Amino acid sequence: METEYKKIQFSESTLALVQRIIKRYPEGRHKSALLPILHLAQAEFGGWLSPQTMDYVASILNIKPIEVYEVASFYTMFNLEPVGKCVLEVCRTGPCWLRGADDIIQYLENKLGIKEGETTADGMFTLKVVECLASCGTAPMMQVGNNYIENLSCENMDGVLDKLRQTHQ
Amino acid sequence: MGKKLLLDKIHIPGINTFEVYRKQGGYAAVEKALKSMTPDEVMEEVKKAGLRGRGGAGFPTGMKWSFLDRKSEKPRYLVCNADESEPGTFKDRYLMEHTPHTLIEGMIVSSFALGANTSYIYMRGEFRWIFPILEKAIDEAYAAGFLGKNILGTGYNLDIYVQPGGGAYICGEETALIESLEGKRGNPRLKPPFPAIHGLYGCPTVVNNVESIATVPVILNMGGEEYAKIGIGRSTGTKLISACGHINKPGVYEIELGLPVEEFLYSDEYCGGVWKGRKLKALVAGGSSVPILPANLITKTAAGEPRLMSYESLSDGGFATGTMLGSGGFIVMDETTCIVRNLWTFTRFYHHESCGQCSPCREGTGWMEKVLHRIEHGHGRMHDIDLLVDVAKKIEGNTICPLGDAAAWPVASAIRHFREDFEYHIKYPEKVKDPKHFEKEPLISQKTAEVV
Repeated sequence: METEYKKIQFSESTLALVQRIIKRYPEGRHKSALLPILHLAQAEFGGWLSPQTMDYVASILNIKPIEVYEVASFYTMFNLEPVGKCVLEVCRTGPCWLRGADDIIQYLENKLGIKEGETTADGMFTLKVVECLASCGTAPMMQVGNNYIENLSCENMDGVLDKLRQTHQ
Repeated sequence: MGKKLLLDKIHIPGINTFEVYRKQGGYAAVEKALKSMTPDEVMEEVKKAGLRGRGGAGFPTGMKWSFLDRKSEKPRYLVCNADESEPGTFKDRYLMEHTPHTLIEGMIVSSFALGANTSYIYMRGEFRWIFPILEKAIDEAYAAGFLGKNILGTGYNLDIYVQPGGGAYICGEETALIESLEGKRGNPRLKPPFPAIHGLYGCPTVVNNVESIATVPVILNMGGEEYAKIGIGRSTGTKLISACGHINKPGVYEIELGLPVEEFLYSDEYCGGVWKGRKLKALVAGGSSVPILPANLITKTAAGEPRLMSYESLSDGGFATGTMLGSGGFIVMDETTCIVRNLWTFTRFYHHESCGQCSPCREGTGWMEKVLHRIEHGHGRMHDIDLLVDVAKKIEGNTICPLGDAAAWPVASAIRHFREDFEYHIKYPEKVKDPKHFEKEPLISQKTAEVV
């Protein structure tokens, strides 16, 4: 049975970028473009990879959908469920824990009224805890989109959240 | 001030641009190599320099290059490992952010030495803001004729591309990295064949760490023999150390190998000592995978010699009383640290990052995480301690890649040196129910007490 989808497509500029990316690899090795294209797809189609998005990526690269699913499910940066407008990815590994990451996670859970892995009812914030992001000298920290927000403390967290709320409207 | 070779110009404004980098003598090594040396001569200098892989394993870079299959008619590849993910390590990120041309210059001379015409920088996907930094540096190098076709009129061609990872620690293992670069899951390959024979797309490939590659121009500029005079013994040159945890001055420091650990830890030029005036409890000297050291074995070896920041001195005493330089992730823990809880976060990390191919690692890391969770939360049994040792022993050496060993060593060493921390959790389950148990009431061991 074929699933009926509303057709999705990358913007023209992204499609041009996809073509440039594919040329980075030798002839016949276009599958190497899968991770870069999945990142583009996640950014362009709502912050997560739906089955439809993954099928679309498979069609672009002319590979089987399963080849996309198995890769997307291996790498933690790819969200396979819908997420909020602003995803807070707080590091919890040793060096961040030593500098108070547990307090940060606890504070965010209380403040936002959600547990790790959940999204606020207004669809604004998703709270994720992640493993080491190579920011141990500026711990505790979290990744939000393209940026790292470092040297967090419970005291400065409200200001950080307010700012994020404004920039992710 | 210690000798700086990689970060010596980092404070010059605009050093991230081609113009300033070039004015400061950048890309001289490319000119020297391409115009006046053969690829083999470049490799010889790296061998003479005694450069050892800066990613963690410490394998001699020149020797790794010499394994490349030069008889094969297939294309050869250089892949830069910028998948920096070892907990405690953030040095490559610092170098790429602040002086990206150092890496690009290194990529060009290293690719030339290996006879590669296409090279990739595989960077962890989370470093999203560094992609434009590297891509801008690459574009500038193309514009100046240092990349592309017929570089500097020498007939040598090279293209460099930056590839994002997807958030998997295992892709720092070179064969997993290659798989990932081919658009697959990051499952490490069985070796042999090694990448030098059968790497990316089945072609001869060398995978080197960012810092190793960035050091090659330094070696060419000063000559391998001169480089080998810096450092101590077989630990030649300088090393980037990323210092974090309970210290006054976390950050990335370039040190000459052989610097006493005591000076690195306590001098204001580097870590500036343990924070809040507290006592030292433990050190993980080279990223989360290396054995943890108790306070009495940090600044001195078991034989009472000063411990130095070098491959040999840090591993003095083997795993019984020593550790490893590893990636240079220097994690300091003060007297309030719960070793069990820290270890639990590390083990949870390895369980999360295990690719799942080998059952000892896939299952063993999960078992260790569960047992540590119950000890830490006051539900442990005395025989759990030996159970952990047993599981760690059964993972070690029984997996395709070193992630299994990396998960086992921290467990084995934490129990070896801090058994009393584990026993305390089991004897006083009520006291450890508060997650900050040792912050309020530090468990000062004999080992800590001896050195302060």
